[in-house]
Amino acid sequence: MIRALEHSLAAAGRRTLGAVGAAGGITLLLANILRCLARYPVRWKLVAQQLYLIGVKSQFVVLTTGAFVGAVFAAQVHFQFVRVGMQSAVGPTVSVAMCRELGPVFCCLLLAGRVGAAMAAELSSMKNTEQLDALRALGVYPVEYLAVPRFLAMLVSAPILTGLALVVGIACGYLISVPMLGVDGAYYWDNTIRFTGMRDVGIGLSKGFLFGIIIAVISCYKGFNPQPGTAGVGRTTTEAVVISSLAILVSDFFFTFILNSLFLGRA
Amino acid sequence: MDAILEIRDLRKALNGHPVLRGVNLSVRAGENVVIIGRSGGGKSVLLRHITGLMQPDAGAVIFGGVNLSALGEEALNPYRRDIGMLFQNGALFDSLTVGENLAFPLRERGALGAREIAHRVREALDIVGLPGHHDQLPAELSGGMKKRVALARAIISRPALMLYDEPTTGLDPIVADSINKLIVRLGARLHMSNIVVTHDMVSACHIADRVCQLHEGKIYYTGTPAEIQTSADPVVQKFVKGISEPQDAIV
Repeated sequence: MIRALEHSLAAAGRRTLGAVGAAGGITLLLANILRCLARYPVRWKLVAQQLYLIGVKSQFVVLTTGAFVGAVFAAQVHFQFVRVGMQSAVGPTVSVAMCRELGPVFCCLLLAGRVGAAMAAELSSMKNTEQLDALRALGVYPVEYLAVPRFLAMLVSAPILTGLALVVGIACGYLISVPMLGVDGAYYWDNTIRFTGMRDVGIGLSKGFLFGIIIAVISCYKGFNPQPGTAGVGRTTTEAVVISSLAILVSDFFFTFILNSLFLGRA
Repeated sequence: MDAILEIRDLRKALNGHPVLRGVNLSVRAGENVVIIGRSGGGKSVLLRHITGLMQPDAGAVIFGGVNLSALGEEALNPYRRDIGMLFQNGALFDSLTVGENLAFPLRERGALGAREIAHRVREALDIVGLPGHHDQLPAELSGGMKKRVALARAIISRPALMLYDEPTTGLDPIVADSINKLIVRLGARLHMSNIVVTHDMVSACHIADRVCQLHEGKIYYTGTPAEIQTSADPVVQKFVKGISEPQDAIV
């Protein structure tokens, strides 16, 4: 009994130490990336390659997600609001929710799954096949060559994709509410425009930007510090996606309060 | 002749287990040194210290008069460009073609134009006997071809010192022999010093001017290939003749 308790406590201690170590490592990697940005010239060709892989190739997934999230949310809001005769409030509700929460969170969760997984898998495979060591042996610093272009491409792509997701989500909310569910189109647009301000859009895009940083740094950290072997690449990739997704959801709570106070009064 | 590389009392423990226990070695310009020793005996760890991929617990690696062990990761980079390394599995960048892999070190140096780089890439592929494979991806090559491409990438910037980590492991005897001949030929042609880590005595005798046996974390024996093969030392004989004893048995 006591031995089992000891084992449980030791395991909990190891996990806590591991989590604290990983958090420190992720913070140090972010600092290192920023230092490399200041110290080395940016490799624009690699940034452009990553922009294509992250930004262009993620469009379909992100747009599809945005479209269906907007459509489903509009339908659910309509079903509730119609009971109290508030159909005309469906438009602004969908619009503000898409801008502030649904757009950035769903878009970046999808990016964590698609792009974060790809980053972690590629870098961990490179590490396990000595390609990172070969890079170092050839006199190239891996953080500068591999992490910085991915980080920059994510900083640019994540807010743009978030913007696309929320535009498509709002448009699909309109398509569900007006032609299908019979909400008055003129009221829908008028109320949407009246109650959706630049601060809502600003909060959404800022969240996309911040979530982009989280995905890039966590995925690169996991990729640079993988578990050994082929199975290790799989586990590392899974961990990168899970940790990025959790970090997005937890940080979203704090970003909501911080960004709300930063954008306060900016209509 | 002056030493291009000097290793002084190098010590390293991994997971609390001492792997290198005070290695001393010096390599002269143009010399071919082969380090032999049992699997897991620290040969690859020693090579990784020379190129700064690992930092020692104690001791020094002095290359061209500079103590590499005292330098940080990024400060090592200019010196690393004078040290070529062939990794055990080639470590080719699998997202780049053969030509791009070879051009990579030259582009990173930034001293040559695109035309000169293309010329050097063709020349390097000719040297390793792979002309016309410029546009292939590493995944499309056989094991021996990968090794030769990796060798071409390592020597394309004409380093002063080449490190080879088990260059013939996993290759058939004919390909292994061609790699051995290539190592000797390249060393002479490009005036490089070579350090080759292997447990293959055929390769060792083919390549070496001097053979060093790493045993229990130290350079235990040094001699010419002829000397090491005729040595009366029981530890040397055991390795050279591949004799196992009851305590070596794998249960």
